[in-house]
Amino acid sequence: MKNILLSAFLLCFGITLMAQETGADKVLFKLPNVTVTDMKGTRVTTDKLFNDGKPFIISFWATWCKPCIKELTTISDVYEDWQEETGVKLYAVSIDDSRSSAQVKTLVNGKGWNYEILLDLNSEFKRAMNVNAVPHTFVVNGKGEVVWQHTSFSEGAELDLINIVRKVKAGEPLSH
Amino acid sequence: MKTRFLTIPFLLAGVLFLAPALLFAQSNSLGSQVNGNFQMDAQYYKVDSAIGAFPVPEKMMMNSWTNITYTAGSFNAGLRYETYLNPVNGYDPRYKGAGIPYWYVDYKTGQFQVTAGHIYEQFGSGMIFRTYEEHNLGYDNSLNGIRLKFNPVKGIELKGIYGTQRYFWDKGPGIVRGGDADVNLNDLVPSLENSKFRFQFGGSFVSKYQANEEIYNADQEKLILPLNVASGAGRINMSYGNFGLNAEYAQKINDPNAMNNFIYKKGESLLLTASYSQKGFGIIVQAKRLDNMNYKSKRTETGNVLDMNYLPAITKQQTYTLAAFYPYATQPNNEMGLEAQLNYKIKKNTILGGQYGTDVAVNFSAINSIVKNQVDDSTAIGESGTLGYTSPFFKVGDVKYFRDFNIEIGHKFSHNFKLLLTYMYEDYNIEVIEGHPGEPVIHADIIVADMTYKITPTKALRLEAQTLMTKEDDGDWLLGLLEYTVAPKWFVSVADGWNYGNDDADRRFHYPLVAVAYNNEANRIQVSYGKQREGIVCVGGVCRNVPASNGFTLTVTTSF
Repeated sequence: MKNILLSAFLLCFGITLMAQETGADKVLFKLPNVTVTDMKGTRVTTDKLFNDGKPFIISFWATWCKPCIKELTTISDVYEDWQEETGVKLYAVSIDDSRSSAQVKTLVNGKGWNYEILLDLNSEFKRAMNVNAVPHTFVVNGKGEVVWQHTSFSEGAELDLINIVRKVKAGEPLSH
Repeated sequence: MKTRFLTIPFLLAGVLFLAPALLFAQSNSLGSQVNGNFQMDAQYYKVDSAIGAFPVPEKMMMNSWTNITYTAGSFNAGLRYETYLNPVNGYDPRYKGAGIPYWYVDYKTGQFQVTAGHIYEQFGSGMIFRTYEEHNLGYDNSLNGIRLKFNPVKGIELKGIYGTQRYFWDKGPGIVRGGDADVNLNDLVPSLENSKFRFQFGGSFVSKYQANEEIYNADQEKLILPLNVASGAGRINMSYGNFGLNAEYAQKINDPNAMNNFIYKKGESLLLTASYSQKGFGIIVQAKRLDNMNYKSKRTETGNVLDMNYLPAITKQQTYTLAAFYPYATQPNNEMGLEAQLNYKIKKNTILGGQYGTDVAVNFSAINSIVKNQVDDSTAIGESGTLGYTSPFFKVGDVKYFRDFNIEIGHKFSHNFKLLLTYMYEDYNIEVIEGHPGEPVIHADIIVADMTYKITPTKALRLEAQTLMTKEDDGDWLLGLLEYTVAPKWFVSVADGWNYGNDDADRRFHYPLVAVAYNNEANRIQVSYGKQREGIVCVGGVCRNVPASNGFTLTVTTSF
């Protein structure tokens, strides 16, 4: 029985790997199709996240996560410059559950952040993106393909992030 | 038992994985992909009987899980392989073993979505139904069954679920079924799409079935048990401009169970939230009442498993070690509470705001018991086999469970120096929350200073200085943490917690902890050595739940 599964897996892996090899290089995966909500309560389908053909950032965070708040506050200080230079957009996906999700809006407004905020109340998007711990940040190219990801935040990591965005926008290869 | 758990899903998952892979491999336009993640926590234990770290015969224990998701167009499937050999300290030992307790297949077509297998789902705020996993805590109450979602028109979503719940490596005895309807008026009515007034409402119904069993009251009389227990909930979310108002009310019919001492009273809960926010300012007030709302798919279960619903604590989730020392835990059968939070940004270029502005957050929560009155003169409150008690809905009980007032001020003094200062006042009813009869309410004052100094654009030093002052329990604590980071890859931290104020001079222990973490994209390796208390720990630039430990811990995580 286990052999059947194993061969099924290996076959499926092989085919998928081949498919990925022949496609655009350095694409990690396409955005999955799950449902989150925006701050108005409207359902948003995650594979439709878009930035007019320009790259964008998806950052998973929570109101109780200090490094996440640090990362988003740091980026917030330079966000206008980033947008002007690269046209980048940041989706900040809160994984707060119903204990703290009501506080997301208050905190975002209180901090004066200008991000697109999404609520992932039961961690469906988090699971689909295989996030282990927050903060976890993704860079997505203009075609909706995830091309880079990073977990954790430390002072200065935002410089690395915007460099990746610049490269993606210019179509330069990323050094994986 | 374990073989039955594995073989059928193995085969099914194998076939379902394989079929679309073959189908779609030829049509590259749809594209198929595999991705997933991996985490391992291995601990090598050192004996330290003084702090309660007893000998571990295995010397080393390990938890690990691997998720694999396969996607092809609108089809997707996934599974998780878990190993607990043996489960690390702090986990339920019943997790011992290895296998695939989680797999699913999912298909979306236009208005429909069908999921078969293991399901995580939530209705409303989760008051009568939520299945969820947090593996870092060893929590997983996934529903093994089917889920249907149907979106007849934009703005309306209908969901239905049917299944049994995960019980370690087995399934719970109860069958859970239910449905939820959600209507977003602004999405439904085109003319309201851009209205300042936003209105959303929904309702859900959930019921569990469990076969009869023999349970007796104190007089050795056999109880007549309800085989089906139904619950219903209704909710509204509305906002006008910057104002918002959310309400959810739930009721559960008689559900005698081990958590409520087998009483036949109805359960009830209410959650109200009001908020106002604009750029630079936000305020939110929440009120909650819970009465007899423990809802599990097994009558006699008292552990942290087989929960059908989620009743969150309306208190701030603290993450600094000493601020999280005495965390509140929801009392599902009996609590009334209030929480308020204010966020304010003092503008740049003002006296208090300085060059970069100042962030201020104030949070307050207060939780008490509910009032319980006797049903009649001859029945004691909560007597099994009776209606238990009566409780006036709006009356607050006089037992204080928890108080927390905290203020957090964040200020950037220059381009390379930041300070985050926290003060917290706390009252913690250890008798109710931890079930320690006769212990007095703990009052604690906590101060945390979190300073970051940037040496170069990518190198920084961070110092956390924390103090907890209390006359109760173990007395006063001090904690210092120094972290050096080289962005984006390296973290090194050294910390020591010291129980210097313990009444017993022989128990003034130190809790040292050294950690090194390396991150490269989504790969992470962390090694730590020392003693750690359980809770949310934010080290090495990420936050996650950890169990208590003493010794070496190796954590590896990757996503692909």
